[in-house]
Amino acid sequence: MLRDITFGQYFQGNSKVHRLDPRTKLLLLILIIVFIFLTQNMISFLIATVFTACAVIISKVPLRLYLKNLKAILPIIIFTAIINVFYGNEGKVLFSIFRLTVNTGGVYRAVFMALRILLLIVLSSVLTYTTTPNDLTDAIEILLSPLKFIGLKNAVHTLAMMMTIALRFIPTLVEETEKIMNAQKARGADLENGKLTERIKALVPILIPLLISAVRRAYELAEAMECRCYNGGEGRQRMKKLQFTLLDVIAGFVSFLFCGLIILFNVVI
Amino acid sequence: MDNIIEVKNVTFEYSDFDRSKTVINDFSIDIKRGSFTCILGHNGSGKSTLAKLLNGLYKPVKGDILVDGMNTKDETTEIAIKRRVGMVFQNPDNQLVASIVEEDVAFGPENLGLSPDEIRKRVDESLKSVGMYELRKSTPHHLSGGQKQRIAIAGILAMRPQCIVLDEPTAMLDPKGRKEIISTIEKLNRESGITVVLITHFMEEAENTDRAVVLNDGSIIADGTPKEIFSNIDMLKRAGLDVPQTTELLHRLKTNGVDIKTNVISIKETAQEIYSAFHLEEN
Repeated sequence: MLRDITFGQYFQGNSKVHRLDPRTKLLLLILIIVFIFLTQNMISFLIATVFTACAVIISKVPLRLYLKNLKAILPIIIFTAIINVFYGNEGKVLFSIFRLTVNTGGVYRAVFMALRILLLIVLSSVLTYTTTPNDLTDAIEILLSPLKFIGLKNAVHTLAMMMTIALRFIPTLVEETEKIMNAQKARGADLENGKLTERIKALVPILIPLLISAVRRAYELAEAMECRCYNGGEGRQRMKKLQFTLLDVIAGFVSFLFCGLIILFNVVI
Repeated sequence: MDNIIEVKNVTFEYSDFDRSKTVINDFSIDIKRGSFTCILGHNGSGKSTLAKLLNGLYKPVKGDILVDGMNTKDETTEIAIKRRVGMVFQNPDNQLVASIVEEDVAFGPENLGLSPDEIRKRVDESLKSVGMYELRKSTPHHLSGGQKQRIAIAGILAMRPQCIVLDEPTAMLDPKGRKEIISTIEKLNRESGITVVLITHFMEEAENTDRAVVLNDGSIIADGTPKEIFSNIDMLKRAGLDVPQTTELLHRLKTNGVDIKTNVISIKETAQEIYSAFHLEEN
């Protein structure tokens, strides 16, 4: 179950999406997500789905990896859909339970909401699967660099470094959690049965060793970083210089075309 | 100057609120440029503390440590010292910063502010010298312990240090990974002339070094060639170290009246000794 967490993992490849500049990918992702949330009708959802499908195909990342991410987020999608079904009172009333009524407007909204989250997850996965965490944090650091003019110079670098390290340690800590869980199970800890309160209590012997080990790791990592001459962002260079290419221009053009179509079908028509 | 590191009468203690514990006690040692020194000691003998003192991670309470003539207490030379003396730790997982092999190796040179081309060159070079160049694009998480530790070594090499201090680099590895690391270190010392200080409690790893130093309670109790050290079984036992099985066998033969040399370590040499002592033909 824990192994399903693939957030922030990179899939090695050399597709056109891989070769895009991480800044382009990040900015376009934000833009497209905004527009997906603006969509209100079937045609524009169709366009958004086709757009996402194209991005997935061009990324050449196996489909099962995307499905794995979706599986992890499925409970949230279902939960949001259920909430939305009961919300609002437009359209024909279908049926009602107790004092909750379900109408066609609600059903539409639930489907749209589920689709939106689904597309959002898939598109974000395209970004994380095709971009190395370092590239991603470099992009964030560069995009946030205007903040240094208001006296947040160190903050931007620190944030980027924290993200790099967090992404790097996700798999390590997941593995560690599994080890601790197995160790506690071997000593007779019951993690699956019992009332909710009992199950929450059963997590304490897992979280405490995990926390202690994370703190110890942090100390060791800090020493190792110091040994590698880390001295904050001052005077640091990057091995990879980020550079916009023709691919970025094309990706930008396609994305703006997409946004144009969404506006066309939602506002004009 | 042919000593890369000079440790002069250093004392170090950890202090907790009211009590303090002396870990390194009036300790002196010189590390020759280009040499391969092995520091042996059981758990709690102060060997990890010594490692961290060597590149200025810890500062001595008394005495001085000079790296290439620079005092580790001097804050202005801190980066210069860390650049000369690289350090590899026990747990490879806790030394890797980035999620991609080559990006992690680039971390050191990036901190030094070198040009991107120079960083690229150094990263490729260091990955090749530890035999990890083919895996430069993969994630450390999917690699074995030995491979991760080799990446950690490459990360240090990319800063082009003159000396590498390795603090029990094989303690968390399986026998295969252990062999990988030891042969990598030996190659670096032999071919690139990098000074190596290997801190360990595995006696076998000291076999091919120039000098073995045995540490107990923060002071040196023996210092010599590995052969000299290994033949002194009583001293090794006093220091709480495991005597290599070969040496133990030869020693027992000798105490039982067999005329045999006890200062050999490797299995092959031991076998030859036994053959000749019993006048057997090697076949």
